[in-house]
Amino acid sequence: MKSTWMMRAFALASLFMAGSAWAEVVVKIGFAGPLSGPIAHLGKDEEYGARLALEDANAAGLTLGGEKVRFELVAEDDQADPRTATTVAQRLVDLGVRGVVGHVTSGAAIPASRIYDQAGIPHVTPSATSPKLTQQGYRTSFRVIANDLQQGTAMARYAADTLKLRKVAIIDDRTAYGQGLADAFAEAGRKLGIEVVGREFTNDKATDFMAILTRVKARQPEALFYGGMDPQGGPLLRQMRQLGMNTQFLGGDGACTAEMLKLAGPALKEGAYCTQSGLPKTKMPGGEAFFARFKKRFNMDVQLYAPYSYDATNALIQAIKTAGSADPARYLPALQTIRFNGITGPIAFDERGDVREGGVTLFRFENGAWVAVP
Amino acid sequence: MDILLQQIVNGLVVGSVYALIALGYTMVYGILGLINFAHGEVLMIGALTALQTLGVLERIAPDLGPLAQLAIALGVAVPVCMTLGFLMERLAYRRLRNAPRLAPLITAIGVSFLLQTVAMILWGRNYHTFPQLIPTTPLEPVSGVFITPVQITIVVVSALMMAGLLVLVNRTRLGRAMRATAENHRVASLMGVDVNAIIGATFVIGAGLAAVAGVMFASNYGIAHYAMGFLPGLKAFTAAVLGGIGNLGGAMLGGIVLGLVESLGAGYIEHLSFGFLNSSYQDIFAFIILGLVLIFRPTGLLGERVSDRA
Repeated sequence: MKSTWMMRAFALASLFMAGSAWAEVVVKIGFAGPLSGPIAHLGKDEEYGARLALEDANAAGLTLGGEKVRFELVAEDDQADPRTATTVAQRLVDLGVRGVVGHVTSGAAIPASRIYDQAGIPHVTPSATSPKLTQQGYRTSFRVIANDLQQGTAMARYAADTLKLRKVAIIDDRTAYGQGLADAFAEAGRKLGIEVVGREFTNDKATDFMAILTRVKARQPEALFYGGMDPQGGPLLRQMRQLGMNTQFLGGDGACTAEMLKLAGPALKEGAYCTQSGLPKTKMPGGEAFFARFKKRFNMDVQLYAPYSYDATNALIQAIKTAGSADPARYLPALQTIRFNGITGPIAFDERGDVREGGVTLFRFENGAWVAVP
Repeated sequence: MDILLQQIVNGLVVGSVYALIALGYTMVYGILGLINFAHGEVLMIGALTALQTLGVLERIAPDLGPLAQLAIALGVAVPVCMTLGFLMERLAYRRLRNAPRLAPLITAIGVSFLLQTVAMILWGRNYHTFPQLIPTTPLEPVSGVFITPVQITIVVVSALMMAGLLVLVNRTRLGRAMRATAENHRVASLMGVDVNAIIGATFVIGAGLAAVAGVMFASNYGIAHYAMGFLPGLKAFTAAVLGGIGNLGGAMLGGIVLGLVESLGAGYIEHLSFGFLNSSYQDIFAFIILGLVLIFRPTGLLGERVSDRA
């Protein structure tokens, strides 16, 4: 007797649940990035960017085939680790996400991209800048940011033409990102007459760089180019000063953060330069408004690539809207030919999936801050 | 030549930190035969507690000199870590003392994860800047070698701590009881040694050393975060095995040797391998040496009492 009553209650409850599911269709969008570990702050930053875009889309309301659509973010932690990234990618595919924003780092994005390709699910990375990602020929890989070739080349040109550097040493952290950036700088530099007098390597968990810096110092370079992230970049710079090196410092976007200013502290002096794929807040068409809105919503400042994450998410949303379907096979062609004005600039992809007009900005250390070089 | 000297200095500094941490591993192993994998995490808790204390000091007593600040930070971090060490033994390891060897080992790994996660919740995931209370600007170079006051402090403090520990173990009643417990728990307890108290004391002392090492580590590199203990912990474990785990002198020797090998390895690997290998293989040296030592001297460089445990 009791069990029949339970069953009725259960049937009734499921009826209600089915009813509510009828009123709106849930479209799951995946996010994958490091939500733990040394660069979790950057992962969280992009997760929030994606979240904001989906919240905006939900607020604006979108109907597909007469049914109201509600976007839902499924955020997974790939720990910026290549192996975890493939597991996470598979999990997102299994969960039935219709598109993925991510991954954050190139080391994670490259192995994960194969899984998305096999599943036919598009992924748009806001910040993985390694050229390799889009050179693999997967139709499902997109990025809304300039890649390392453009960044390393821009820095090499600045170093050769404006700073007149001739002897540069290079240290990279052997991640796909650090290595890609350093290689791009070295290759472009060589063509412009910069001699690479030392090439040293570390890893993305190291804290002690005294040994490799001592080697670099012996080669007497005019500048050190560092391909890696700020948790290593800060201590690296401090240790340069501990060894009495007053060499100029050149870095990519991983060292071009507010964290870097804190972590390097007084070791950052005049003669430090870095690049960022993309544009500074002031040069983004929708920068000011986005930064303010982000701060208000999440009670923290934009760290780095949240605006790009916002645009990457919007690229997916726009493509779904244009195609009138959240089916990856149907909206993928729309994503390839999409064209809209994002908050970071115009978003449109070339045949490889790279953003067509990805800007690179050069920064100079000045009065305790990174200042964009005009 | 000055490059070689500089690499030796670099190696000595790193090696001193490894040695200080390795002492904690080796003490616990000597007495319990347990590899306390959570030891690196105690170092991290020490550094972050010190950082927290410094933050509070900044607010309530901003005029304090840097050395006084450092002393107070250590004065808070060391007891906190000692309590942590005591609790770790009491809650996690004591009830597994007679369990198969694998059980406490896996528990130790679990404790390590637990502490990391707790620290991540308490202090967040970001890297924190650790104030450089001891100056890090290099002194006037001596024959081309740059040394900073903080590096000198690290070497001196490590040497003092090690000397103190040796005196404690070899010259005091507590030390005698520790050695007796290490030899045989049962017999020691029959001779009136309070084995539980001695093992507790071992954990407390080891954790205190780890706290000091943590503060030294953080003030040298200027950073602290919740995962900072893992890598130095692993390296120090290697150092302890290299020197002969369970042997205090061995831990010190192992630490210094490992530091030197790493530094010289990174510095000269390219010459030694005729340009075939580069500094991305710097860790290879440490582990080749470890492998060789374990093949030819399975008990480590100075090892004595491994066979009866294994």
